[in-house]
Amino acid sequence: MIEEDEVDLVLNDLFELYGYDFTNYARASLKRRINRLFLLDKFPSFAEFRYRLKSDADYIKRVIEGLTVTVTEMFRDPLFYKILRAEVIPSLASKPFIRIWHAGCSTGEEVFSMAILLKEAGLLHKSLLYATDLNPEVLEKARKGIFPIVQMKQYSENYIESGGKNDFSAYYTAQYSQAKFVETLAERMIFSTHNLVSDRSFNEFDLILCRNVLIYFDKYLQERVLNLFNESIGTLGYLALGSKETLNFSAIKPNYKQINKEKIWRRIS
Amino acid sequence: MAENKLKTACKAVVIGGSAGSIEVLLKLLPALSPPLSFALIIVLHRKNSTDSSLVNLLALKTNLPIREVEDKDAAAPGEIYLAPADYHLLIEKEEMFSLDDSEKVNYSRPSLDVTFESAADVYGSSLVGILLSGANADGTAGLNTIKKKGGIIVAQKPETAQSSFMPQQAILYTPIDYVFDVEELTVFVNSLNANA
Ligand SMILES: C[S@@+](CC[C@H](N)C(=O)[O-])C[C@H]1O[C@@H](n2cnc3c(N)ncnc32)[C@H](O)[C@@H]1O
Repeated sequence: MIEEDEVDLVLNDLFELYGYDFTNYARASLKRRINRLFLLDKFPSFAEFRYRLKSDADYIKRVIEGLTVTVTEMFRDPLFYKILRAEVIPSLASKPFIRIWHAGCSTGEEVFSMAILLKEAGLLHKSLLYATDLNPEVLEKARKGIFPIVQMKQYSENYIESGGKNDFSAYYTAQYSQAKFVETLAERMIFSTHNLVSDRSFNEFDLILCRNVLIYFDKYLQERVLNLFNESIGTLGYLALGSKETLNFSAIKPNYKQINKEKIWRRIS
Repeated sequence: MAENKLKTACKAVVIGGSAGSIEVLLKLLPALSPPLSFALIIVLHRKNSTDSSLVNLLALKTNLPIREVEDKDAAAPGEIYLAPADYHLLIEKEEMFSLDDSEKVNYSRPSLDVTFESAADVYGSSLVGILLSGANADGTAGLNTIKKKGGIIVAQKPETAQSSFMPQQAILYTPIDYVFDVEELTVFVNSLNANA
């Protein structure tokens, strides 16, 4: 078991040597992730774990992969996507140009889901989807638009529950155990690394999605990131969070109006 | 004497359960005498991932404030908290909750082990962990951690559980403090309440 003070040492190393700052991540969850990695990689002692961390620059990839949680799915929480379809997207339709930011996009399932919604609304051609994550490995996967075929049954059900009317399987071609999503969906996507802890706002958006990322941050870092979003949302733009995340603790809350009890807020001032 | 010590010490009670646990809670909750001097945290394995009716069902059975946890909610004494479906429920040193959607543990999310272990870290000897009915091995490792950190661990009497496997595992593989049927459990939880 890695204890609290040892966690601090690891975080310090990660920052000093590699520039990754995890100090304001939610500690209980982070400590579990570090312990999990320590057990999975069968280190005989904390000292050896730390030595590997410091002396093997390739191991950092594995550490980032191990400490972050990249679980995601297409049309995750279908009812959320239903509101996107019914309320959010129609209100953006008259814009000459639609900019969307997926912050913490993981392997891209959320971005491809959004592209499908925009496509079906006839808006994809004038949209840009910026998809960012701190982990370059997941972005590499996201860019390919290839997801395991075993997931397609679930995704297709989610899609239908979200109000999808088409044949979901028309959006991909099966290649052995993989489903490759059609190129036209990816044409309007831009993938880039962006660390919410240390990087700045880089554009103004009509919709920012940051789902199931803030749960991994402590309250202080959540507030910083929400301020970053606040700086990056245009007038009447939207902010969408994960199903158990909230603006309630934030000073930016008065500037926003919640839509339909869903975790979607619209900027009103 | 021992009882008084328990009363002042207990800051949180975590109840974990799987198949057959809801009916235990439906009996236990109405029998608790408010206000509670500790936070009551409930973690259940659930089938339906988008099911929010569970908290409504439990709310019908108690006058205590009860809610499904959202990220960074405070874990306050006097309140009942239910782990949401599809997230692990962890507790931070500042006595508030964090959610985590990482891999399932023991085929489960929320996992009882995850919450037991994290609560043990925060509450140490001021924690009581209770394991109810279920057909899964989840919870036993977590109870062991609670015990190691000085807390008290309790299992439902397997003969009274709809699925006896889970409490049975705990009895076999932990130095369990008490094994109770539902009535005994109710008396015990009320005895932890310093406000009662
Ligand atoms: C659980 S996934 C969420 C994926 C998707 N948004 C969803 O809800 O399904 C969390 C993602 O946040 C990313 N992440 C964690 N810390 C981050 C940071 N500081 N900056 C940017 N992304 C981060 C992780 O790499 C991971 O891919």
